[in-house]
Amino acid sequence: MSTKLMIVDDSNIIRSKISRTLSRHDLEVVATACNGEEAVSLFMSTRPDVVTMDLTMPMMDGLECIRALRRLNDKVRILVVSALADKSTAIQALMEGAQGFLCKPFTEDELTDSIDELLRG
Amino acid sequence: MDEHELHVFIDIVSQYFSRQTGREPEIGTPYLGEPAALPVHDLTGVIGISGVRKGCVYFTAPKDMLRNLLLQGGEMDVSDDNLSDMAGEIANTISGNARKHFGGDFLISVPVVVAGCPDSIQMPRTVKAYILPLRWHKHEAVLVVSLQ
Repeated sequence: MSTKLMIVDDSNIIRSKISRTLSRHDLEVVATACNGEEAVSLFMSTRPDVVTMDLTMPMMDGLECIRALRRLNDKVRILVVSALADKSTAIQALMEGAQGFLCKPFTEDELTDSIDELLRG
Repeated sequence: MDEHELHVFIDIVSQYFSRQTGREPEIGTPYLGEPAALPVHDLTGVIGISGVRKGCVYFTAPKDMLRNLLLQGGEMDVSDDNLSDMAGEIANTISGNARKHFGGDFLISVPVVVAGCPDSIQMPRTVKAYILPLRWHKHEAVLVVSLQ
């Protein structure tokens, strides 16, 4: 059974890039969301195993969304994919419950490596 | 803004193009622009800056360049929506990466993308705007940084 993935990013081209790359990597994209609110509403109906999460988004940002997803499910694995390159943001995301942090711009290899690391736990 | 901070943005822009396309852009000589007469191309991704610094960062490029960047990244949908998204994402990535230098209190907005009309871009009138011209694959674009 393939791993179920939800992609959360306000950029269509980033959602598309992540989907293209990870679909080839035996992950099934079960949901895509362009902000945190949409992600929370899709989460319970699609029950993803892994979430890639942008941070700077309208409506509900990534950190708030991570907190909300953690309240719904403490087992989901979350990889933050963000342009915010300062250490304090990465630390804050990890403290909120993300397990990994990938800085934009990223290559396909960096994305698959980060997902592999996330799944290895 | 000082010379060192300008170099931060030059390095980020160079790294962005190198990492995404495998080809470094040629960065032209930066210059100061008048807030009322700043360069714009077809699509402009604008990021508002608040927190420890206040101002604006924008990336403006012709559609041909954005189309080429999408195709280089493996994106076959080169619709106008995706071209706008590309302009916004470049501005967002450059501004977000700048937090490595400016710190976590360098707050960035979500991108706003403007087509053509320069009147829609709100720049601080009293702050110098630094213009970084760049050329990539024969396409010319500009990064504008205006920070108090």
